[in-house]
Amino acid sequence: MAGRYRSDLKWSDVTPKSAFLNRRQLMAGAGALGLGAIGGPAFAKLNAAPSPYSTDAEPNTFDEITHYNNYYEFGTGKEDPARYADALTVDPWTVKVDGLVDKPGDYSFDDIMKGTSLEERIYRFRCVEAWSMVVPWVGFELADLLNRVGVQSSAKYIAFETAVRPDEMPGISRGYLDWPYREGLRMDEAMHPLTIIATGLYDEPMPKQNGAPLRLIVPWKYGFKSIKSIVRISAVEQQPPTSWNMANAREYGFYSNVNPEVDHPRWSQATERRVGGGFFAKRIETQMFNGYGDEVAALYDGMDLKANY
Amino acid sequence: MTAAQRINTTLRRLPTWPIYVVLGLVPFWWLYLGFTGGLGVEPIRELEHRLGELGLQVLIASLLVTPLRRFTGVTLIRFRRALGLMVFYLISLHLLVWAVLDVQIPSQMWADIVKRPYITIGMVGFLLLIPLALTSNTFSIRRMGPKAWQRLHRLVYLSVILGAVHWVMVVKGWQREPLVYLGIVMAVLALRLPAPKRFQLASRGA
Repeated sequence: MAGRYRSDLKWSDVTPKSAFLNRRQLMAGAGALGLGAIGGPAFAKLNAAPSPYSTDAEPNTFDEITHYNNYYEFGTGKEDPARYADALTVDPWTVKVDGLVDKPGDYSFDDIMKGTSLEERIYRFRCVEAWSMVVPWVGFELADLLNRVGVQSSAKYIAFETAVRPDEMPGISRGYLDWPYREGLRMDEAMHPLTIIATGLYDEPMPKQNGAPLRLIVPWKYGFKSIKSIVRISAVEQQPPTSWNMANAREYGFYSNVNPEVDHPRWSQATERRVGGGFFAKRIETQMFNGYGDEVAALYDGMDLKANY
Repeated sequence: MTAAQRINTTLRRLPTWPIYVVLGLVPFWWLYLGFTGGLGVEPIRELEHRLGELGLQVLIASLLVTPLRRFTGVTLIRFRRALGLMVFYLISLHLLVWAVLDVQIPSQMWADIVKRPYITIGMVGFLLLIPLALTSNTFSIRRMGPKAWQRLHRLVYLSVILGAVHWVMVVKGWQREPLVYLGIVMAVLALRLPAPKRFQLASRGA
């Protein structure tokens, strides 16, 4: 598709949802007539409310966001998740909430969604590999969920785990990491209003390769902190083990805040390349805390960010 | 005539120029794909990766020429110079894409070369290829004499190991593909080790 990388498209150029839903219906009809089985499900609009936390930067396209993913459970190639994640069963979905909470238990996706109001959060997303995107996530603040299950005062951290489904995830049997994928946040980070559980993007339910049905988004940290397809949330007293830190503690710290002054041992973090610029995409300067310093810098007052990378 | 001799006779009739044409054009095909969306949403990284990978593959192929002759009698030696020069061409482009499209900032480039081991290793691997490319012509072989020429060209063994290690180091974690390539490189180099006595006798008789 020529011109896919041009960024001079305007919102007025976007095909209206109603128009392409109609097209999908036509295709589904064609499929029913035996002319081709292309028709997909017509997603319901999530009707997420806008948020003052959104950036006004232009979001990456849906195609870019769904075809350049690190989700090693489906393979290490950037397009592997788009290729293989279709096999993931996301309905039914259960999240085990345990540890130091008042209401532990197995919560279904619907239980979790009950009473939440969805917001659109257009966030910058900076990968530790020095590429970045702008993504219109849809979700709710993690703090809402944590308050509902009643985090006890002795809990100091929140730990997360991704699903492990060897039959659905071809990367599991190949090793790469010590499954399940694990992540964690300090309590104040978890309770921060920028930290969300995302259940969709572009006002549609989360595509599987992006971590359906629900994933974490912590926009001031490197992307690998934003754990996908969560099946377990635990409130704990001690700093929990996290996957990339377990794999290589010298390269990936627990905090992993975006920081242009602290290089990855193997590459510089001073600049990043915004995905979607084609062959001539210019490198842009990486911002401290990925540009969310006004909101989150105070969380790290007095901390040596070089030692606590 | 043995089967190997028959194959060699056929091979002798084949021209070597298609290697230059085909491998020479592949990067331009990829460039075209990149401009039309065929390299995915991050074409710089993809092009860089493909050039490096193909360079390594052709380098491994050129290193298979000698073991193939040794173990089967089939000789592809006529094609080896073309393969070697194409390795140099592909790795030069790999480096060019890294410098011009990927890193973009000259001071950053130098900082990476001295500071990042995987780039240092890749760069040394490339530098080792330069004298080999410069002497990949009949004039140089004549002038240097075959012994000295052969000694110089043993640098390729080091270069290919550095190339494979460079790939293992550039990726996050221990990924399968670069490790498989490193294994293949070591195996291909092992095929050149002196054979046990028994085997030497057998091959002399062939």
